Amino acid sequence: MALTGLAIYKLLPKTNCKECGQATCLAFAMQLAAGKAGLEVCPHVSEEARETLSAASEPPIALVRIGSGPGALEVGSETVLFRHDKRFLHPTGIGIIVSDTLDGELLAARIGVVNRLSFDRLGQTYGVDLAAVRYECGDPERYLTAVREVAANTELNLALMCADPDAAARALELVGDRRPLLYAADAENYEAMTALARRYGLALAVRGRDLGELAALAEKVVKLGHKQLLLDSGARQPGRVLADQTQIRRSAVNKRFRPFGFPTVCVATGEDAVLDTAVYIGKYAAVVLLDTADPAEILPLVTWRLNVYTDPQKPIAIEAKVYEVGNPGPEAPVFLTTNFSLTYFCVMSDIEGARVPAFILPVDTDGTSVLTAWAAGKLTPEKIGNFLNESGIAGRVNHERLIIPGGLAVMSGKLQELTGWQILVGPRESSAIPGFLKQYWSQ
Amino acid sequence: MAVKIVRERWPGKVYEMVLGRRPNTVRVGGDTSLPFIHFEGEPKKPVVALEIQDIEPLGWPEVLWAPFAGLMSDPVAWARRCVEYGADLVALRLAGVHPESGDAGAEAAAAVARSVAQAVDVPLVVLGCGMEEKDARVLPVVAEALEGYNCLIGQATVDNYKPVAAGCRAYGHSVVATSPLDINLAKQLNILITEMNLPPERIAMDPSIGPLGYGIEYAYSIIERKRLGALMGDRMLAPPVICLVGEEAWKTREAQVGDTPEWGNQARRAVLWETMTAVMLALAGGSIFVLRHPESLARFQGRIDVLMQPQLY
Repeated sequence: MALTGLAIYKLLPKTNCKECGQATCLAFAMQLAAGKAGLEVCPHVSEEARETLSAASEPPIALVRIGSGPGALEVGSETVLFRHDKRFLHPTGIGIIVSDTLDGELLAARIGVVNRLSFDRLGQTYGVDLAAVRYECGDPERYLTAVREVAANTELNLALMCADPDAAARALELVGDRRPLLYAADAENYEAMTALARRYGLALAVRGRDLGELAALAEKVVKLGHKQLLLDSGARQPGRVLADQTQIRRSAVNKRFRPFGFPTVCVATGEDAVLDTAVYIGKYAAVVLLDTADPAEILPLVTWRLNVYTDPQKPIAIEAKVYEVGNPGPEAPVFLTTNFSLTYFCVMSDIEGARVPAFILPVDTDGTSVLTAWAAGKLTPEKIGNFLNESGIAGRVNHERLIIPGGLAVMSGKLQELTGWQILVGPRESSAIPGFLKQYWSQ
Repeated sequence: MAVKIVRERWPGKVYEMVLGRRPNTVRVGGDTSLPFIHFEGEPKKPVVALEIQDIEPLGWPEVLWAPFAGLMSDPVAWARRCVEYGADLVALRLAGVHPESGDAGAEAAAAVARSVAQAVDVPLVVLGCGMEEKDARVLPVVAEALEGYNCLIGQATVDNYKPVAAGCRAYGHSVVATSPLDINLAKQLNILITEMNLPPERIAMDPSIGPLGYGIEYAYSIIERKRLGALMGDRMLAPPVICLVGEEAWKTREAQVGDTPEWGNQARRAVLWETMTAVMLALAGGSIFVLRHPESLARFQGRIDVLMQPQLY
């Protein structure tokens, strides 16, 4: 059960020594209660108090690491049920299942496809995180071959989907140093699987047949001394998964129920696994393992994960530079907007819809929209004039005409005077851009 | 070991809207729980409209028009095909009244709407051209022509809601209340419309969604906050939410670009772009979905059916 800030304060030294970085012990107690600080930064806390506080001072959901080195995947340490309450922190790890029934060229082809599942979005690369080798064939030798092939041919983190401790032990002799996710310990095999996970320092998935068995199993594994866990309630029906995920997150965050204080893992293998995976990403899965490697399916999935894990309190800004829509030539129109990603995307997609190649100049307004930026003084004629010069757009077009958002009509005169460019006042809403181009843009 | 199930108690609910004519009425909203959460209340099944237009649309990729090939110049035939594909509703977009797309008059638009309403049994959603002044003139005439059909008509904005809502009130329809992605503006518009004596169960809130990859996260959180507001008893956040997914999803580059090695097959990608946008906004709390592609409709309904199977503890 969670302690309140005041209850925690009573157990602290109350010296206000500031060594924890907080101004007072009370402030530190509040941070502990909110799960935003750990007790280890207080050097003076008594052993007795430490024991009482350890439960309350731990974050509601543990941080779990899969893999080794700088490319390791970190999941968990989430603190909210709804992203608008604060934000979701660690994007869901997406793992693609590779069956050991594939061999030779088929296996190589599958690994190649999985490796290529990475996509460029505004200069950043996003892709899948794990290659999950599933023990299906029943022949340990064949499984080892598949694990060896996958490990040798991908830099992705690994997961071993193998509930047979003997086969898993042999696979770990090959790839233990890559620290794969070990999936999964269950009621029958948990002692052997926990021993393996401890020996190699692995994240261990724990799978129950329902929430009750899962909680019992998680407690047993923790008692054996292992705390890098991922929880799987065993549900496969998507509605059941949603219900269980909701219960696990609520129990951990709102009730501080320790057996559920770990990130979760879901397996999506049903008839529409990609859409089920999208639901699980929205509702609390820290890792999803799924059985499709079709880029037409993974691109939307990776995009959804990117969207839902953005910080709702921080507008997403894009780099302020010249962007091209289509293949604009020297006579193409030049649109001015702001670098708030949503604003930029609206302008870009409406220009695309008009099928007119064009340049877009998003001014750096700290990621705010046109009217917000204008009202806050972040979108002045001087700033636009400077950006126009620095962007080098003048060398790429054979005209000096700039289309500005309708909301900035009031500054068109000043802007024209300052830049010498002819200023065309565009529509207030980007959806009217196609009509605007038809009417006003001709050479 | 016994696990204590965490149940929230929700004092409020989403308003229930009834559309169409008996015996083919469709109920929308009425949820007393978070979307698809069956263990502490009763979630309701979202309904789906397929979109048609009064004029043949330009610029739709082949993937999208192929299922309606030969029908798109005839709204009545197009609407019938939508019903055959399994749509719960038909959404008629009056693109042709826009001054830049034919500038059709109110009477002509009303005649098209009426012929579609007569041709299908399912309830009708009628959306104007999106230009507020023109819609303010056209939609009341459309509302009159559709008297007795109990339609959902929009989009009413803060600038044109008076004539649109008055038309809906006078001729027995519900109204789509459109606001930018902002919870307070949505609430304010609901208050203005209810002050005109159109009850909240005859309003559908349109939050101006962005599709996957282009602002869906804003819509997702706004819709989630609206659902939470409704469940906590805020009546002005309790009307059901309508999501115009098709027109947004098919505008994206990911839906428009043909097959590529990096992005895979266009048809699968584009349909999934539309479907995933819809499923995620249903997960947030949307009640009415306007889609374009019949395969998106089928896939969306498939997922919704799975998520509507009661899961209790």
